[in-house]
Amino acid sequence: MARVALRNVTKIYPGGFQAIKGIDFEVGDGQFCVLVGPSGCGKSTLLRMVAGLETITGGDIDIGGRIVNQVEPADRDIAMVFQNYALYPHMSVYNNMAYGLRNRGMGEAEIKTRVEEAARILELGAMLQRKPGQLSGGQRQRVAMGRAIVRQPKVFLFDEPLSNLDAKLRIAMRVEIRKLQRRLKTTSIYVTHDQLEAMTLADMLVVMNSGQVEQIGNPLDIYQKPATTFVASFIGAPPMNLLPIRSDGIKAQLPGATDGGILGIRPEDFVVSNDAGKGVAFDLTVEAIERVGAETFIYGAREREAQAVTATPGELPSGEVIVRIPGAEAPGIGQRIRAVAPRDRLHLFSADGRKRIDL
Amino acid sequence: MVEHRRFGNLLPHVILLIGVAIVAFPVYLAVIASTHDNAVIANGQMPLYPGSHALETYWNTLVSGTGKTTRQPVGTMMLNSLIMALGIAGGKIAISIISAYAIVFFSFPFRMTAFWTIFITLMLPVEVRIFPTYKITSDLHLLDSYAGLILPLIASATATLLFRQFFMTVPKELVEASKIDGAGPIRFFWDTLLPLSVTNIAALFVILFIYGWNQYLWPLLITTRDDMQTIVIGIKKIIDVKDALTEWQVAMATAVLAMLPPVAVVVLMQRLFVKGLIETEK
Amino acid sequence: MENRALFAGKLLPCLLILPQLAVSLIFFYWPAAQALWQSFLVQDAFGLSTEFVWFENYVNLLQTPEYYQAIAITLIFSALVAFFSLALGLLLAVMANRNIRGIQIYRTFLIVPYAVAPAVASVLFIFMFQPGLGMIARALQRNGIDWNPVLNGTHAMILVVIVAVWNQISYNFLFFLAGLQAIPKSVIEAAAIDGARPMRRFWTIVFPLLSPTTFFLIIVNITYVFFNTLGIIDTATGGGPNGATETLVYKVFQDGKVGTDLGGSGAQSVILMVIVVALTAFQFRYVEKKVHY
Repeated sequence: MARVALRNVTKIYPGGFQAIKGIDFEVGDGQFCVLVGPSGCGKSTLLRMVAGLETITGGDIDIGGRIVNQVEPADRDIAMVFQNYALYPHMSVYNNMAYGLRNRGMGEAEIKTRVEEAARILELGAMLQRKPGQLSGGQRQRVAMGRAIVRQPKVFLFDEPLSNLDAKLRIAMRVEIRKLQRRLKTTSIYVTHDQLEAMTLADMLVVMNSGQVEQIGNPLDIYQKPATTFVASFIGAPPMNLLPIRSDGIKAQLPGATDGGILGIRPEDFVVSNDAGKGVAFDLTVEAIERVGAETFIYGAREREAQAVTATPGELPSGEVIVRIPGAEAPGIGQRIRAVAPRDRLHLFSADGRKRIDL
Repeated sequence: MVEHRRFGNLLPHVILLIGVAIVAFPVYLAVIASTHDNAVIANGQMPLYPGSHALETYWNTLVSGTGKTTRQPVGTMMLNSLIMALGIAGGKIAISIISAYAIVFFSFPFRMTAFWTIFITLMLPVEVRIFPTYKITSDLHLLDSYAGLILPLIASATATLLFRQFFMTVPKELVEASKIDGAGPIRFFWDTLLPLSVTNIAALFVILFIYGWNQYLWPLLITTRDDMQTIVIGIKKIIDVKDALTEWQVAMATAVLAMLPPVAVVVLMQRLFVKGLIETEK
Repeated sequence: MENRALFAGKLLPCLLILPQLAVSLIFFYWPAAQALWQSFLVQDAFGLSTEFVWFENYVNLLQTPEYYQAIAITLIFSALVAFFSLALGLLLAVMANRNIRGIQIYRTFLIVPYAVAPAVASVLFIFMFQPGLGMIARALQRNGIDWNPVLNGTHAMILVVIVAVWNQISYNFLFFLAGLQAIPKSVIEAAAIDGARPMRRFWTIVFPLLSPTTFFLIIVNITYVFFNTLGIIDTATGGGPNGATETLVYKVFQDGKVGTDLGGSGAQSVILMVIVVALTAFQFRYVEKKVHY
């Protein structure tokens, strides 16, 4: 078990592309850290640098008090679960798990104990003699996990391990991974592009965007107080409504707001009501409705208001506001409603979206 | 791969350079020899740099041959080789693509029998049926003719299998869409299937051209007239005289000329070549 | 086989398949059948009468020591060529599979031998190994080796093996390179994290995963030696000295040229056909095995 610290880590590819632009953070002993961000943000590259599969251009990576920049992957005492599992196709499940132990010169008896223990935890006992080709996707995933845990390494690294599974299995495995990590208390770094996976797994969440850290914190803090508009729109689904403060309408309702700032409101913070109270009210014309069952999403067009900002992930069509209401309620298309968000649920950002302003 | 290399990638470069040297040296030596005087070569004192007789040697080789042995200019041999190589490559592609089309897109009596009949020819290379094939070709009065050089080598299970494989990947919906658009089987073949097969045809052509150009046994057997010889056969006759009489500079010039077309095809169409090679064998 | 049968009509497909079938029947099946039929016949010296003798030709063939010599030579030749050309092809492919500069240039040079006809390759090497004038022959002689492939059977064999290996390197190199590139990078990385050093990684992960390619190439190389080296042998040694480089195919060719023993020649051809069938069957097992991974 160990602490992992990154100090001003950078990565520049030979072509000159800067994949990682100076990253600092520390994962405490036994913590589960999740790196989340859109594809191409550098999260996988960063993980591979921790593993030793990519070279480090600048800065230091420290695992358990030792700077490992020049250390071979084999000597970093880490284990990794790959997106495509990377099982050895010509070896049985048993040998897949035993391989790393044999390479380290462990005795066969000890190997057997460890592999069988891992197989028991992961319910792979009946499959030890099979080859990976004869296993289902979920079973292969568990073998990949088993290969990591038999080694009892200081750190687990996960590179989008669930993205090749179907939706149902993904949720089941997510829970299993979390339980397993709690039980083994091994420091873990987990990369995903799925914000839901990130929220549910992380003790510590690192939101990344174009080679930089946008925000670090525990998942709920990040959800409640996103530091930038990028984080605001990336974490949470459907994404936060981001509206430029240009019109007098919003400004009048928001005393502290300056011209050019961005107002953020999560769909779930709206209430459909005629009473503005202590908040901001929007008059919307209902354009589309999505009924999910427990809740309903209303896509409404704002009247006489300016256009919404399209945030980087750009999921919000401009001019639209998404409002979440309980599943039972349902306005008709074309109906006018008034959506109100209480003042203490509002988020305010600087005009470039890079800074959060406290109200 | 994974390790941090402190010495860069020196070892792979060294080994690859040695490999390239081994592979290229015999070819280089032939090119050099073709530019020297036979006397210099014959006494074993040939230097490793080009001599001054290149133009003269190549001109003589192409236009008049050695005089002593083949009595034929190598230019004629190259023309024969070219006709044979193009005939074999073009012919194989033509008859394989239409037979594969019939097998994949039609249902007709004895379809599977026809398929297996073609498939089994894979196991009957010309070497195992040399003399009976020679006899049939002779009975058909095809000795010393281009038809005789080309026809017996033209049936190819490999090419048929490749096209069949490729046609199986053409979505059924494409055929259905063409039918709805009013295209019959022949129109579909010309307007849709053939354009889709262009890369496959080109890749196969590269492989088959080399195969045809490099044929040895068959042309050796069925050409008796010197003016029907191919270059690969001709070169053997040039060195087949008693040592002292071999005109090495002509032999080497002929070797260079014999290598030139297939090597040029492989090098210039490298990507098609690699694709053709790997796919025909799968 | 899936029958897609997307077009109706019987006449058109028959016309389309006719040329291929006609060529196959006339130039493949009929001669093969002839060879088979002849192998059961004995013809007198003047070709006036023939007699059906069942397996007598085969029995006679299997009683000639020269035939066993040809078998032994074919096996030795195949083994040597397959081993050296595979080993060299694999070594070069492994080196070329690194992320290094100039790989295109190396590859361009390394594929050249494929394009060179075996007979022409043979001429290139004869020139280097010709006693008295060849560069390498002279170097050997200077070092006290009495190099003479015209008189020494071992030397003759070494010469044809070298030519064949050189001729086959490109093919093995390209297939091994394709095989290496098909191994997922992450599997190699997983092995590196699992503590396997480069050499151990090669022998425990890369080499086993290449085994379908290796197996396939062994068959292809053996087939090459059997059938495509005729040009090399005919040009370099003519099967000599004393049959030291006379392979099975070369023997069929030589005996047939003399043309007196049609029955024996037929029997030899039939045995070769059986060998091709066996090799092809092996090759198809490779296809089956490949599905596994």
